[in-house]
Amino acid sequence: MTIPAHAPEQLKNWNRPRIIEPGGDGDLLEVAMGPHHPSTHGVFRMDVALDGERVIRLKPVFGYLHRNHEKIAESVSYLASMPYTDRLDYICSLTNNWAYALAVEKLTSQEVPERAEYLRVILGELTRIQNHASSIGFLIQEMGASGTPLMYAFREREKILDLFEALTGSRMMCNYMRFGGCRVDASAAWLDAARKVVAGLPGFVDEFDQLLSSNEILMARTQGVGILRPELAVNAGVTGPMLRASGINYDIRKVDSYGIYNRFPFRVPLGDHWDVYDRFMIRMLEMRESIKIVEQALKDIPAGPVMDPKAKIRGFRPKAGEAYGRIEAPKGELGFYLISDGGPNPYRYRVRPPSLINLTVLEDMCLGSDIADVVLIFGSVDIVLGEVDR
Amino acid sequence: MLGEGILKGLAETAKNFVGSFFSAERMTTVEYPEERIAPIEAARVFPFLVYDGIEWDAGLRCVACQICEKECPPKCIFIEKSKDKKPDAVGKPQFYPTRFDIDISVCMSCQICVEVCPFEAIKMDNVFELSTDDRFDGLLLDRKQLAKPNAYYHQIHPTEAAVVEARLAADRAKSDAKQTAAAIASAIKGAERPLPPPTTGGD
Repeated sequence: MTIPAHAPEQLKNWNRPRIIEPGGDGDLLEVAMGPHHPSTHGVFRMDVALDGERVIRLKPVFGYLHRNHEKIAESVSYLASMPYTDRLDYICSLTNNWAYALAVEKLTSQEVPERAEYLRVILGELTRIQNHASSIGFLIQEMGASGTPLMYAFREREKILDLFEALTGSRMMCNYMRFGGCRVDASAAWLDAARKVVAGLPGFVDEFDQLLSSNEILMARTQGVGILRPELAVNAGVTGPMLRASGINYDIRKVDSYGIYNRFPFRVPLGDHWDVYDRFMIRMLEMRESIKIVEQALKDIPAGPVMDPKAKIRGFRPKAGEAYGRIEAPKGELGFYLISDGGPNPYRYRVRPPSLINLTVLEDMCLGSDIADVVLIFGSVDIVLGEVDR
Repeated sequence: MLGEGILKGLAETAKNFVGSFFSAERMTTVEYPEERIAPIEAARVFPFLVYDGIEWDAGLRCVACQICEKECPPKCIFIEKSKDKKPDAVGKPQFYPTRFDIDISVCMSCQICVEVCPFEAIKMDNVFELSTDDRFDGLLLDRKQLAKPNAYYHQIHPTEAAVVEARLAADRAKSDAKQTAAAIASAIKGAERPLPPPTTGGD
């Protein structure tokens, strides 16, 4: 990205290492935040160098949850790594399934029936709603509001997870999408239950809005904190609500319009202050847009099969070649890159995890801020360690 | 006005608090061990083996084809195939598993074994209160522990079981029709063959 000549001076130097001279006469204090810290969403460590309360240096240390996902996927069949993708971002397993199914469908040139596409959109957007609700809840909890907003979010999430369980058999480890469709069909009763839950969601978002958006304490803590410049965001490969909060209009649902997303009119909210409050607000607005998409999808869903009758789920050998399937997961661009050498399992299997790549800008956002804000900035990135470490 | 947002938020929590005394919908949790919510039909926890009839040993549908063992992502299924064959529920001679173990400390309830099984022999259970203090033997289930009657499957997953039953009935009808057709064909063939010379009775 070229920076316009009229840009302010500090914008031109966005990529220079920022060296903050230790002030005063004291030594720097090194603190290891984590790996077991209530704010780290799992096991994650930040080695922070502090001058008083100001952050001078921040080194993220991860890998505590590494479980060899990519290598395991290369040694088992294509189908057998589907349940493992549930465990990447365990808050939104259905979008992980979708991205992986999309990659394999590209590799094997597989068609997906209409009804399955609609079901995927419904489930993907419900996943987005519950992810954003709980991630806002966690963010507010890290500010000190321990309980109320998170429990409100979990109350709604519970209803969505019950829907997932009724359809897929599991609340979080859904293992639902298959190459060429979905595993089981949704009954009319399930669709009615989904309509009922979705009808209650706008009320929940309104309630959440009332509870939080204009709260003075929240605004004082989040506005102007953790600024991520759009240039840095683009160069670091940040995606998802993080990127859109930095004012870049990039939503893969719009850019790629994978699946049937071009049939749904929805708006992409953008931030213009690039701070934690914007990230919070973007998630709030995206929930509203997602509700609109689900409502329309539940109205338009056609009858028909959910699985391509020609599709094979096991024992197939894709032709030698490569494929990259990507979707707009709730946390950003989730991609699966597969290389086939004609064998029954992939030759190379690579996950492009949004959580890990969004985390790379953590130090840049935290430098110069207070140690108390580090927790907040980290919470606004919205990561799941299962996906960071894989 | 400063503090207006906070007051608005407090009004929201007050609404929820007062509402919880009047509206059952606002009560979202139950006191688990004493109170339970109805189980969801599609819920799945760990696989079991289906058997027909009364004898678990004779009625096991599993023919030890070992597809589930091969497809299982964490490789928690161990099967030993029999050397001899014995008749299955339909009466066709089939192999059977002399050993069928599932290590449920490794199993992740993904139900891929259920999906790939061509004989409808393995299905998902819904029992989740399985905690034990025996980490090794207590969690390695053998085929006797895994075997559960078909009626139990119908009880826990009625809709799914009905579909499976219809499919099995159709298959059975097809194979029966094939067998009768073959029997008729061989009978006709036998009838066309010149009859063997009548044996004379003993003197």
